[in-house]
Amino acid sequence: MTDKISSNWTSADDAIVENAIRRGASRRDLLQMLMAGGLAASASSLVLARATSALAQTPIKGGNLKAAGWSSSTADTLDPAKASLSTDYVRCCAFYNRLTFLDANGTLQMELADKFETKDAKVWTVTLKKGVTFHDGKPLTSADVIYSLKRHLDPAVGSKSNSLAKQMTEFKAVDPLTVEITLAAPNGDLPTILSTHHFMIIADGTTNFAKANGTGAFTCESFEPGVRSIAVKNKNYFKSGGANLDSFEFFAITDDTARVNALLSGDIQLAAAINPRSMRLVESQPNVVLSKTTTGNYTDLNMRLDMAPGNKADFVAGMKYLLNREQIQKSALRGLAEIANDQPVPPMNVYHNKDLKPKAFDPERAKSLFQKAGVLGQTIPIVASDAAGSSVDMAVLVQQAGNAIGMKFDIQRVPSDGYWSNYWLKAPVHFGNINPRPTPDILFSLLYASTAPWNESQYKSEKFDKMLLEARGSLDEAKRKQIYGEMQVMVSEEAGTAIPVYISNVDAISNKLKGLLANPLGGMMGYAFAEYVWLER
Amino acid sequence: MNLHLWSLLGGRLLVALLTLLIVSFVVFCATQILPGDVAEVLLGQAATPEAVAGLRAAMHLNDPAILRFFRWLGGMLTGDLGISYANNRPIAELIAGRLGNSLQLAAATALFSVPIALALGITSAMLRGSLYDRSVTMATITVISVPEFMIATSGVLIFAVWLKWLPALSFARDIHSFGEMLRIYAMPVFTLSFVISAQMIRMSRAAVVEALNTPYVEMAQLKGASRPRVVLRHALPNALGPIVNAVALSLSYLLGGVIIVETIFNYPGIAKLMVDAVATRDLPLIQSCAMIFCVVYLLLITTADVIAILSNPKLR
Repeated sequence: MTDKISSNWTSADDAIVENAIRRGASRRDLLQMLMAGGLAASASSLVLARATSALAQTPIKGGNLKAAGWSSSTADTLDPAKASLSTDYVRCCAFYNRLTFLDANGTLQMELADKFETKDAKVWTVTLKKGVTFHDGKPLTSADVIYSLKRHLDPAVGSKSNSLAKQMTEFKAVDPLTVEITLAAPNGDLPTILSTHHFMIIADGTTNFAKANGTGAFTCESFEPGVRSIAVKNKNYFKSGGANLDSFEFFAITDDTARVNALLSGDIQLAAAINPRSMRLVESQPNVVLSKTTTGNYTDLNMRLDMAPGNKADFVAGMKYLLNREQIQKSALRGLAEIANDQPVPPMNVYHNKDLKPKAFDPERAKSLFQKAGVLGQTIPIVASDAAGSSVDMAVLVQQAGNAIGMKFDIQRVPSDGYWSNYWLKAPVHFGNINPRPTPDILFSLLYASTAPWNESQYKSEKFDKMLLEARGSLDEAKRKQIYGEMQVMVSEEAGTAIPVYISNVDAISNKLKGLLANPLGGMMGYAFAEYVWLER
Repeated sequence: MNLHLWSLLGGRLLVALLTLLIVSFVVFCATQILPGDVAEVLLGQAATPEAVAGLRAAMHLNDPAILRFFRWLGGMLTGDLGISYANNRPIAELIAGRLGNSLQLAAATALFSVPIALALGITSAMLRGSLYDRSVTMATITVISVPEFMIATSGVLIFAVWLKWLPALSFARDIHSFGEMLRIYAMPVFTLSFVISAQMIRMSRAAVVEALNTPYVEMAQLKGASRPRVVLRHALPNALGPIVNAVALSLSYLLGGVIIVETIFNYPGIAKLMVDAVATRDLPLIQSCAMIFCVVYLLLITTADVIAILSNPKLR
């Protein structure tokens, strides 16, 4: 994997090609893509051979993996309902299972569930797999599933998915392996919703999370919040073969440089989420491979429609033209992003509207729109913070573009600490950061419905709310796709949220670590890499 | 005379206890000023007003602040450090492992750096003005001026990434042999020694130089005492007070101030625990860490004072 093809070809590009193959691109598509990128035909074949061979390898059993995330604190938890950091997700994925999960192509797969059935999308019957046991030997039954899902409704649990879980109003254990879930209103997405990390299944009655007792591929040998966890292969795992690794140690190294150094020195085999600034340094190393994932993570510029200056539609439209998306992609994020079109459903989602093109950078048009709104010449404050990744860089780019057309922006840089409770959703013009969600329904009901808890721009549209309910209750895929496509256009045109790019996540891994695939649920293979990867010796 | 000494010590102890109480109150007030509370932090972005209110009620965060303070103080006095807000574990358990790690690192650093620093300080005072003295002074100032993250990161780059002699991370609990211990502690101890030695070297040099300028040292020299004897027997005991104080001050830094070293080497010590606690607004944990730092600081300073008193005939 070390032969260099051309001077500017990097392993990040390799990762892009690999991802394209996984998404089902044909050889012809890929060659076209590579030639368009200026690569000679002979070199292109070499790249393809390399990317394909990376995917077609047989796993090796055994070995101990040490991996480092980027954030960890004493608030680390093994309670899936409370999981909030990538570190928690990784651990929960190793120790527990979900009813369903999304594979590398974004397709829904059954995990603990055998099948989901419904007639009206309101009452769902979930059949569980037979012969699944928890680490303590207890077999999995419907009582465990009901307990795991129901606790999200209890405010004392502090679940992060409380608002999503609220729609599940009734749970019934039909028999030991069948659960009936009744929703407040029809929702065709229930199986996908239950594939998110907070809905991991724990044993009935669990209240102590000092250790994890799950059904997952690893058992929890030790867990110290803010320090580390050690996981050992679960010999009784219900999936045939089980994990490849014998054991798996996970901790976080918050300092970016220290994390990269630990990988380079061989102390760890995976350094999650490396900074774009460290990219070139890592790329020049022969024993390090980069894994790039572009999920729906984005940092957006929010203009509240119920406050000045966002209450003037022309101001909002002008701002969308004033965003230099390409420059944000190239300089603020050093190429680790895909250009977005002001709506939250990313290209790797099956419901993404391909016909909706991103707005071009057009300062003159922005100027005339600002003039129409009567704000030209005013100084508009923008709140930015490190809490919303890259928002300060984006704000500076907007400020520069504004200077050129006589529009002044005052960047108010505030500390990360307390940003989400004090500025986000509150300031008239500010930045937000939204993590990927698997379905348009979740994104829209969380962020754009009139009653949405995180309605970043206070967007309110009756038509939109009606469409949201219609698509949710429908089981007709074509119809849903069409409605969601239209809703994306509405958000892009009408809402006060400018989404310039989808931000990629790059994990740096040792070239000995194999089997890591990009996943739509997030970096590190949707945080679930431990179960699937293997170590070469 | 002995009675006088005891009353002096008792007074010190009382002042120390009072300081602790005041510090705990000040820390508590400071945490109240921080924006947001643990319920908001725990829920993060997912904090809808109802969810926060529910969690707040479940965690008794709605009680008056002063009541929570006294509840914590009462627990502290009966030896119960309370339960962490962030992860519902006993604080004593969280602190125990971390404090042990921090003390191990501090002890290793102290054992390594104090003798070297004192030897360098005293010898350069003896050879005042020589090339040796000037080079030690130069080196000390250079080391003081380089920030520790720079030393630590360059250390990792050179010894872990390029030469691959030492591990880039230090986990105190993975030690199985003495050789392994040396390898794991080498870089953190080295980095910390750089940071704390400088002050000790300069203070001990200054104190000994001052003592060497006194009439009784001149008298000893006139009586024909050898140079080492003059220094060790006559000058050093009188310079001990300021030296011990400098050492105590430097060592007190080793517990709470090593956050950078703990972060870069991923060493699970108590400084990082405290930073985590502040980030998650975990009040009982912040308080307990602050108390520990304060106790260790007072302990070191009081010990230094006592040694100074005992070694100084004028204060005795």
